[in-house]
Amino acid sequence: MTTTELAAPDPGPAAPGPTPSTTLSAAQAASASREDKARISRWLLSAPALVTITIFGILPLIIIVIYSFLKAAPYGGVVWSPSIEAYVSFLFQQDIFTEELVFSPDFLQIYLRSFIFAVGTTLLCLVLGFPTAYFMATRPPRQRNWWVLLITIPFWSNLLVRTLAIMFIIRDEGLLNNILIGLKIIDQPITILYTDFAIVLGLFYSFLPFMVLPLYASLEKLDFRLVEAGYDLYASRPKVLFRIIIPLSKPGIIAGCLLVFIPALGAYVTPLILGGGRHMMIGDLIAQQFGSGRNWPLGAAQALILMSAVLVALFFYVRATTGKVKHGQG
Amino acid sequence: MVELTGLPAVEAKNVTKTFGAGPDAVVALDNVSVTIQQNEFFTLLGPSGCGKTTLLRLIAGFELPTAGSILLEGQEVAHLPPFKRMVNTVFQSYALFPHLTVAENIGFGLKMLGRRRADRDAQIEKMLKLVKMEPMRNRKVHQLSGGQQQRVALARALAPHPKVLLLDEPLSALDLKLRKEMQIELKRLQHETGITFIFVTHDQEEALTMSDRIAVMSHGKILQIGTANEIYEHPVDRFVADFIGETNFIEAEVMQRIGNRGQIRLPSGIALARELDPIAPVGGKVTLAIRPERIDLVKPGADCQLAGKVENIVYFGTDTHFHIDLDTGGDVTVRVQNRRGFQEVLKQGDAVGLRIAPEAMQVLKD
Amino acid sequence: MRAAKGVDLRSQFGFHTIAIVCLVVLYFPLLILIVFSINANDIVAVFSGVSTRWYEKAFYNEEFHNAARNTLIIAVSATIGSTIFATLAAVATTRVAPWRGQNAVYMVINLPLMVPEIITAVATLSFFALLGRTLGFNFGIGNIILAHLVFCIPFAYMPIRARLESMDLTLEGAAADLYATPFKAFWHVTLPLLMPGISSGAALAFIVSFDDFTITQLVAGPGQTTLPLYIWAMIRRPMTPEINAISTILLGISILFILISFWIAQRRKAG
Repeated sequence: MTTTELAAPDPGPAAPGPTPSTTLSAAQAASASREDKARISRWLLSAPALVTITIFGILPLIIIVIYSFLKAAPYGGVVWSPSIEAYVSFLFQQDIFTEELVFSPDFLQIYLRSFIFAVGTTLLCLVLGFPTAYFMATRPPRQRNWWVLLITIPFWSNLLVRTLAIMFIIRDEGLLNNILIGLKIIDQPITILYTDFAIVLGLFYSFLPFMVLPLYASLEKLDFRLVEAGYDLYASRPKVLFRIIIPLSKPGIIAGCLLVFIPALGAYVTPLILGGGRHMMIGDLIAQQFGSGRNWPLGAAQALILMSAVLVALFFYVRATTGKVKHGQG
Repeated sequence: MVELTGLPAVEAKNVTKTFGAGPDAVVALDNVSVTIQQNEFFTLLGPSGCGKTTLLRLIAGFELPTAGSILLEGQEVAHLPPFKRMVNTVFQSYALFPHLTVAENIGFGLKMLGRRRADRDAQIEKMLKLVKMEPMRNRKVHQLSGGQQQRVALARALAPHPKVLLLDEPLSALDLKLRKEMQIELKRLQHETGITFIFVTHDQEEALTMSDRIAVMSHGKILQIGTANEIYEHPVDRFVADFIGETNFIEAEVMQRIGNRGQIRLPSGIALARELDPIAPVGGKVTLAIRPERIDLVKPGADCQLAGKVENIVYFGTDTHFHIDLDTGGDVTVRVQNRRGFQEVLKQGDAVGLRIAPEAMQVLKD
Repeated sequence: MRAAKGVDLRSQFGFHTIAIVCLVVLYFPLLILIVFSINANDIVAVFSGVSTRWYEKAFYNEEFHNAARNTLIIAVSATIGSTIFATLAAVATTRVAPWRGQNAVYMVINLPLMVPEIITAVATLSFFALLGRTLGFNFGIGNIILAHLVFCIPFAYMPIRARLESMDLTLEGAAADLYATPFKAFWHVTLPLLMPGISSGAALAFIVSFDDFTITQLVAGPGQTTLPLYIWAMIRRPMTPEINAISTILLGISILFILISFWIAQRRKAG
């Protein structure tokens, strides 16, 4: 049809019956109005969720970005004058006497520690989680459901309570020391609580289900005929594991590692309870800056540095998983 | 019974439907016009992607036409949403509501129309009886077999007594035996309710056995509209001839023509007088369509139009198919009923003559 | 079948044992926590007989009551709000022809899952502090509810969207064909079929709100103690098995909702 037809003026109400050009524009008008209605209703329906998250989720993030470029007020909060003091003091400290900036690795050390803890936790979870997930995936369907339920329960259970449970066991007067003393293996309780070991143990315990479930989801879809083909071609069990099963479940491994690494890096509850405030991680460092009389801009800057680390991890995740689609198995 | 207003049940006028825009646009319907009379069993027949389902969806209101108009008993409905059209659909997947019982499914349309409960219940009972599903009224959909679900889908669509019932390949999910039963059942329902049925299928046999009229579609266009007999015996073009049943195509040359009559010559040199619709010039070629069962096998040299050698014999129980290599090039298939006769003695490699009645040779448009 | 032959080609050496170890690791500490909640002794670490005295003590504890009331008010409001919002958003973003802005909507809804909790916590704290100081807004416990809404929405959204995606689109078409207006079709067809997804989403939203510690701790003002905050306060005092009893109650409620959500998912697969 031509544009002249489309632009044909609407006939008056007295127009006798529908002529082809009027019905044409009527149908198109109906089509357009149906589209419009659909578009409006889509946005209206999404609006409550979008507005809530934007105002109370995204706006706060923008605010801490702004805060990180402001000066700290003496009793918490901020002074509205632009400054990069927060970022400078992340790496340098002002000497009290000479007012010179001196490199101070204190914060950097905490970041490095957290990174090492997170990596260690991820590896520990992977080493225990992969065999578990693989074992689950090779069970008959009915059994699988029970296993999934058993891993799902700690996945969703209260993190604070679970951390508390670990604390009860490793305290000086806790179950572990009581048993060891009772068995006369030791006569003085070993100090485990409030050590780095306690933190990593707590992180591992907290996030183990976060590794198992995505690994399981990926291994469950694994085509086990490929495993059989491997055996058929004279591969041994370990060879099948390392050459076939692990490469095929790479997306699940990456997803699981990320799901452990990100929350472990920003962990707050675990170092708070098991580190006792002496052995800090990024999470409680940030929280500390937001206490009253502390340095909010510094805390905001620290939070943003953590956020960038998370974004880098997510970036690698996206790149790794989209690569999977390119040379996909299906 | 539907009161006959004398107006056609459905009229599609110059309907075009395009999906997408720009260079990726797909034309699903290309300027299609069709008139479907009241109380008719009308079939849209064609291969998948020919636009038959799109036309059905336009009549139902699930799609809006890009251009053209759709009239329901003379009233323009192209712009109306589905829930404002007195048209009901039987979906290919049945689309029965899994959370409702059989009776609730059947009563759904009446409930949406705001009918009183007593009226609804009476109509539900009538429909259950019509499709012979009374004992199943309180079952959930997943407790039914495929054939039973089909009946519920029919009852649900018929319950509000629509002006037109649209059926989108409703029998394709059923096995052969059930499909045959449902074909008869559908004819009966159409007869008893007097509702216009528009039936979409890609199965030519289904179309031939059930329909009052058939529209054969391909690539978004209607190629031919006619009764089963017209379409089978007088296909207008190669596509229709090929799509409906089996057909042999033979090229012939136009020798002379006077008005729309003329003389054509078969490759074997035999001349025939034929009506020539298409504008084929003298010396030009026309294609003849000949049904395999309209060819008789005779002894070579006897009075016949074509001759060839038996290339292959396939036995089918009721009949036998002979594949004949023509002496003049090309090949044809001949279907012969398995009765005593000349064909019994034929074997591969034998020379045969082919006798074809002149009226069995249909001159195609292209 | 393969087991009959005695060899399972798919099995790997030691994996069975590791899987069992995993379960023991995950459940043993919880079991200890529960066992010591019914300890008659005053000291957490010494078990000297079964008693329900710590549950009774918690039952008559005013602070516990307040914390439980706050927790319920917050969790129930956040669950109702987030489930309604997530349902509407899921309806708008699922099974429609991809529309401009759809990806942006996904991203916004899933964003709270990607930001580490501690960052969300300090950001929300800063936000409400600013709101309070500049505009004088303070919704009291509403502050916590709003903060919870943000991270409950994506949790509620996931199962609802999954359910919608697996739903037969023609059903709504059939409803429209049978004279149901879009609203009636949603009410009589979509919503009833969506119910399992909605209840599953609501259960998840309830769990994450009910259990939240980090964000609540930073956002909560004085007197707005929730159960996790109350437990945290108890850790810092001389400990009695009452903390075990209260922890066990929390754990029990979480597990109840996990089971509900799991059961709905299983039934969905079966039917």
